[in-house]
Amino acid sequence: MKKFTIAVLVNNQPGVLQRVSGLFGRRGFNIESITVGTSEEPGLSRMVIVTSGDDRTLERVSKQLYKLIDVIKVVDLSAHPMVGRELALIKVSAEPSARPEILGVVDTFRAAVVDIGSHTLMVQVVGDSDKIDAMVELLKPYGIRELSRTGVTAMMRGNAR
Amino acid sequence: MNAQSAALKSKEEIMDKLVKQEVISGSEILLRSLVLEGAECVFGYPGGAVLYIYDAMHGYSDFNHLLTRHEQGAIHAADGYARASGKVGVCIATSGPGATNLVTGIATAYMDSVPLVIITGNVATTAIGTDAFQEADITGITMPITKHSYLVRNVEDLPRVIHEAFYIANTGRKGPVLIDIPKDVSAQTALFQPVTEVNIRGYNPTVHPNKLQVDKMLKAIVEAERPVILAGGGVVYSGGHEELLEFITKTQIPVTTTLLGLGAYPSGEELWMGMPGMHGTYTANMAIQSADLLINIGARFDDRVTMKLQGFAPQARIVHIDIDPAEIGKNVPTEIPIVGDIKTVLQLANREAQPAAKADAWRRQVQEWKQAKPLKYIDSDTVLKPQWVIEMIHETTGGEAIVTTDVGQHQMWAAQYYRFNQPRSWITSGGLGTMGFGFPSAIGAQMACPDRVVVSINGDGGMQMCAQELAICAINNIPVKVAIINNQVLGMVRQWQEIIYDNRYSHIDLAGSPDFVKLAEAYGVKGFRATGKEDARAVWEEALRHPGPAVVEFVVRKDENVYPMVTQGNTIDAMIMGDSE
Repeated sequence: MKKFTIAVLVNNQPGVLQRVSGLFGRRGFNIESITVGTSEEPGLSRMVIVTSGDDRTLERVSKQLYKLIDVIKVVDLSAHPMVGRELALIKVSAEPSARPEILGVVDTFRAAVVDIGSHTLMVQVVGDSDKIDAMVELLKPYGIRELSRTGVTAMMRGNAR
Repeated sequence: MNAQSAALKSKEEIMDKLVKQEVISGSEILLRSLVLEGAECVFGYPGGAVLYIYDAMHGYSDFNHLLTRHEQGAIHAADGYARASGKVGVCIATSGPGATNLVTGIATAYMDSVPLVIITGNVATTAIGTDAFQEADITGITMPITKHSYLVRNVEDLPRVIHEAFYIANTGRKGPVLIDIPKDVSAQTALFQPVTEVNIRGYNPTVHPNKLQVDKMLKAIVEAERPVILAGGGVVYSGGHEELLEFITKTQIPVTTTLLGLGAYPSGEELWMGMPGMHGTYTANMAIQSADLLINIGARFDDRVTMKLQGFAPQARIVHIDIDPAEIGKNVPTEIPIVGDIKTVLQLANREAQPAAKADAWRRQVQEWKQAKPLKYIDSDTVLKPQWVIEMIHETTGGEAIVTTDVGQHQMWAAQYYRFNQPRSWITSGGLGTMGFGFPSAIGAQMACPDRVVVSINGDGGMQMCAQELAICAINNIPVKVAIINNQVLGMVRQWQEIIYDNRYSHIDLAGSPDFVKLAEAYGVKGFRATGKEDARAVWEEALRHPGPAVVEFVVRKDENVYPMVTQGNTIDAMIMGDSE
């Protein structure tokens, strides 16, 4: 099983997310994460989907996506050098005595504390999925109250588009 | 045939009126657009959310509207219309239950790539999402079974949406497109400007193939010693049957036609091997299994054709021609993919096609199989056999009828024993296998082809799933000839329970079915019954002579099986020959 990151350029129409995610569901393809937002072109959105399978799965996913009228373009980003990033917000238990230690971890990961409660800290971390996994592991011993991840958005490196 | 036909105005008169730019309601925009798209016959059923549309249709005569007795009848009729004519079938239903009653018909058309435009009403835009009376999210419900769908929120969008819907439905790999129109949108007015151009960025079907791929196929043909062509519904849908005939005449490759491909190639030709697959001929199945080159033209390697995939055509190089790239490699790994419109691909191929010259021995082998193991059944002088009934229908219609079927044993017997010689003459639910399809689809076919004999072959089970449409045959004098092969059971299920489930017959007895003659007569349709060979032919011929619709019930025994048969989990050369041995 390989992981693939694909970018899907779609018409920004009501129901388009349902069309795409429904297709993955009924064809038995896996979605590890999906992000959607506007693109550089008005009226179009870009979805970045992380899926897994073999090369045949990828070919089938791509061909099936192209059958959707609202899908303009499908690009396998992971076939090229790419930048993949996600953002996580982590609410971690932090009694005042534990805070310096946690801040040490946050600094090392170039993450940021974005909110402070009387017993908690909210940490924002941006990076590839491995970095966020590592951050989560490190914060676990302090007690993670809540974890929210955006899923991966990604882009090819260099001049290619 | 139809009283309303005479009232239809001349084409020019209609067009002049239609293209006039004026402020009209969404409902009128819909009707005008339908005519501009070439709709001549629309099947539908009114209800609350489409009242404005039906109000606009009051006294309307620019196209026929047939009021069915169930929405499922309307969509199957539109489907039969589309399959018989090659044009887009149109049906209309109201919101909620009207729309959900279409679902089986939409899925049927989707599986068999039939171009339909389905108009549904919906509750007003302000009420959408509130669980209003007769509200259903029909675009959501049908997303997996439509080629595309629209929920129209602005009346200004209607002309464009309708034009796009017809274009999408009837180009590329064809299929059903749904347009959901909220009630307020059908009431609002807008300036009507006819739309004649489409610009859909995400939709550009590949029509012209890559020439290099076609050349590879032609080279493979010359090298092949045991080539086989598998021709499917795509040949019919692209209108490429003449090109296929030319291609086979030039290459001299034996051909098998799938269930939906029947009629794509004349059955009387020497190189025709019959249908492949689960109930295919010995010759077709053995040829595929022995082939060193298998050229799939517009078929999708359906599981009823391939049966067990591992071991399907084990020695063959695979060529697959299809307009839908997603079909290529989906089930069977393909060495030479050719994406394009079948007719266009074959036209290109025919320019340089050479005979499969190394295949003389192979062609002899195919003829030997054909002679040694033709389709066969044990006929009887005393008992009426369903296969004999099909052959009799074939004979009495000169093989020229449009035949629609329901699903089950009678469908397979019709496929086996009604030898088709032209495309668009065989209308059956192949992919979805929808019972209840056979009879209403014949009504649509007859509306599309008023001058042809339309025969609908049904079982006693399926006939009861849409029998209510007898009413519209009677009222509109639509002269469909309905044959009911009545074996008093759900025959195909019985056959599986006999062969695979050790004679454990479970819930297949259709005792309590109506007297079909009386049922027909109750609707004002002429009814006949036959129990033996002689009266079967006599009443059938009388039914054919009768100028209006007729129902003929053929009472046959229940323990007749369809052979050959390949059971699931086996490769197609593992045929149970049964009576056909």
